Amino acid sequence: MDFYFSQFLTGLAGAASLFLVASGLSIIFGVTRIVNFAHGAFYMAGAYIAWSLTERLEGAVGFWGGLVIAAIAVAALGALVEIVLLRRIYHAPELFQLLATFGVTLVFQDLAVMIWGPEDLVGRRAPGLRGAVDVFGQAIPAYDLFLIVLGPTVLGLLWLLFHKTRFGVLVRAATQDRDMVAALGVNQKWLFTAVFALGVFLAALGGALQLPRGGVNHAMDLQIIVEVFVVVVVGGLGSVPGAFVAALLVSELNAFGILVLPQVSLVLVFLVMAVVLVIRPFGLFGRPEGPARASVSATVRPWQPLGTSGRVLAVAAIAAAACLPLVAGNYILAVGSELLIFALFAASLQFIMSTGGLVSFGHAAYFGLGAYGAALVTKAFGLPMLGGIASGVALASIGAVVFGWFCVRLTGVYLAMLTLAFAQIAWSVAFQWTAVTGGDNGILGVWPDGWASRPGAFYWLCLTAAALGIAALRVVVFSPFGFAMRALRDSPLRSEAIGIDRKRTQWTAFVIAGAAAGLAGALFAYLKGSVFPDTLGIPTSVDGLVMVLLGGVETVSGAVIGAILFRALTIFLMSYTDASKLVLGLLIIVLVVAFPRGVVGTLSGLLARLGARPSATPAMAGSGQARGGTP
Amino acid sequence: MTPPLLQVEHLSKAYGGVHAVRDVSFSLEAGELLAMIGPNGAGKSTCFNMLNGQIWPDSGSVRIAGRDTAGLTPREVWRLGVGRTFQITATFPSMTVRENVQLALLSHEGRLWRLFGYAAADMRGEAERLCALVGMDRALDRPCAELAYGDLKRLELAVALANAPKLLLMDEPTAGMAPADRVAMMRVAAEIAAEQRIGILFTEHDMDVVFEHASRIIVLDRGRIIAAGSPAAIRDDPAVKATYLGEGLTFSAAEATHA
Repeated sequence: MDFYFSQFLTGLAGAASLFLVASGLSIIFGVTRIVNFAHGAFYMAGAYIAWSLTERLEGAVGFWGGLVIAAIAVAALGALVEIVLLRRIYHAPELFQLLATFGVTLVFQDLAVMIWGPEDLVGRRAPGLRGAVDVFGQAIPAYDLFLIVLGPTVLGLLWLLFHKTRFGVLVRAATQDRDMVAALGVNQKWLFTAVFALGVFLAALGGALQLPRGGVNHAMDLQIIVEVFVVVVVGGLGSVPGAFVAALLVSELNAFGILVLPQVSLVLVFLVMAVVLVIRPFGLFGRPEGPARASVSATVRPWQPLGTSGRVLAVAAIAAAACLPLVAGNYILAVGSELLIFALFAASLQFIMSTGGLVSFGHAAYFGLGAYGAALVTKAFGLPMLGGIASGVALASIGAVVFGWFCVRLTGVYLAMLTLAFAQIAWSVAFQWTAVTGGDNGILGVWPDGWASRPGAFYWLCLTAAALGIAALRVVVFSPFGFAMRALRDSPLRSEAIGIDRKRTQWTAFVIAGAAAGLAGALFAYLKGSVFPDTLGIPTSVDGLVMVLLGGVETVSGAVIGAILFRALTIFLMSYTDASKLVLGLLIIVLVVAFPRGVVGTLSGLLARLGARPSATPAMAGSGQARGGTP
Repeated sequence: MTPPLLQVEHLSKAYGGVHAVRDVSFSLEAGELLAMIGPNGAGKSTCFNMLNGQIWPDSGSVRIAGRDTAGLTPREVWRLGVGRTFQITATFPSMTVRENVQLALLSHEGRLWRLFGYAAADMRGEAERLCALVGMDRALDRPCAELAYGDLKRLELAVALANAPKLLLMDEPTAGMAPADRVAMMRVAAEIAAEQRIGILFTEHDMDVVFEHASRIIVLDRGRIIAAGSPAAIRDDPAVKATYLGEGLTFSAAEATHA
């Protein structure tokens, strides 16, 4: 009993940092409507800077002062990011905002390694709170007790700030209706900057406070951001009390989950989140989102299937690609196979995202399930390769059936965050369930059958699978079912009013996209001869999103071009620079800000402008102007 | 005796302490144009949203051709043969005018689950016929995002007609249109209603449109029906004058110009 009580207190202490970071994210979202993926990066930056300061500053004042100064410094950094980057993308679709802030995360990751080195750092113990206090016969660290008190204190201070100050009233007003606040003459720009800085301050303080508990490492940004997403989704985006309650819930689940399900403790948290979302789609304390914004882009032109010249071009490209094994060596063929696999993966993501309007931040789940499905049956039953590939597709489809059932209940950012969470469930199962998946060591020795073992033959297999897969996805886009998907993306209200079943249609779309991603993943397993948890990780999901973005979100299958360019670029970066994340992060930011339509989108836009006949645009109705987007 | 096309009985809906709709009852026969008028906040849109399952009433019932719609979603109400246009138009901006109508037709035919086949060639002629009916045949290949507001209203009517409806719900069908277009728009709707024996329920703020086309009028104020009857009776009703129409010669003058 006493043991459970001390476990309970550990959970409470863990909730403090989680609450600080989550409330910061929630406040920022409430006012700016941006889900700040970089929040984890600010948390990590807070911890690193606090580490440096507390190492240099002396005594108790130095320690506590160091923590606060670190948080203030990071808040200033956050304000800079807001002014330079976020101000340009407040009106962009949420996908762009998530990606841009993820780009910031990547930049921070590489900078942290450059400045503080790759090793984990151990922080100083808090002066005055080094000891333990005896509670019911269990020794509880004094610092934990301090954190347990801190959480409610910060909640109280935030309540005072929001209810008793002019700034707080403005923030609450802007949370409800920012356009109205702007119309009342409040300088919105600086209100947004101030709110962003406040949110970042809370994140950085949360990071700094972790110093005496666990030190600092490079994985802490993504680790916390996933937990924080869970917290804000459970508590309700924009609600500070919701963040508090959910932080307690998640932290206690973590503390006790480790006792119940030691192999896959993370799964428990995600299961609770899934249950909450099914019962209350906007979280425990959340309110329904305002009028939904277009999740992809409001200016998509009507799509046409390829004309004759387009088809000739596509066939010629495939024919040219098929000739590669005649001229290229093994390394080039392996790279070529990888490009084809990722072209298929990106096309499957584009299918769900551009056609379906469902921004999936966890598409790697299906890619990874495909890879693990293939690897597991190959190792366990010694099935031939085609059987392995079929199992991979089957496992990915089953994953999409289960995850998709939950995901289609949500929309917008909630959907994006839930897809991410599901991918993390899959990742944590692969990572923690060592007995089956080999954990971090992965599964080795997954090689293709004899007939496909030559690099050239395997390349042809990949080319066939990618060409057929992408063609099939295109056929569906232009089929009646694809029409229904586009209708739901454009206007859920009108779709429902003409009898389209939203959930079932989007669920089916999820499964189709999942199966295609699974095929890509299974091929990837045989290409590499091994599978690791990375294939399910956030970076893989984000790579997919960048490919789609690079190709053009508004296109039918620009992602294919995007995938080839992006993958080639990453392979190049990996071999020529140590700072690949830095370059990649900056690339993402530039893409989002400067080329939101992607390579294919920009090119086809240019072609359309060149080809447009001036006589083809007479005024249709004279009076009204064109309206963009869904209302 | 066949039940009326639309039978609404004792419909009520409250939001917190606000009674948006209180004990509203009326019925509508095939071929009839019933106008629902009243000041802003009278409960017209709430009423409309309860008729097609967008929101569910606290009490009371809605029967469509005798079938109780309690618990049905908009999708299921649509399947009963109810078309709907929205106060703020809802169309598919990234699709062409023709494709918008094709989608509704394909849905009506139950073909939206086909994963193969070229949808843009399916039901093309029928879609063009409906577009022509509402005067949109000159803009078949235009993306909806480029359309003027009045054209979107027309397109909505074509989409609403795609499931061969028995009942058409039109929420402010002519709001935002130029005065000449308003009457033309309702004339199209009235002709279709007469020809195909469709019942139309519409809300409208333009009294020219209401008094020219409505066969009957119900007047809502603060959630209650304060008057119902023929246009002539409504025009002279003292309660309606007091709460909504006001005093003056506007409508007789308007009628004189149309006559």
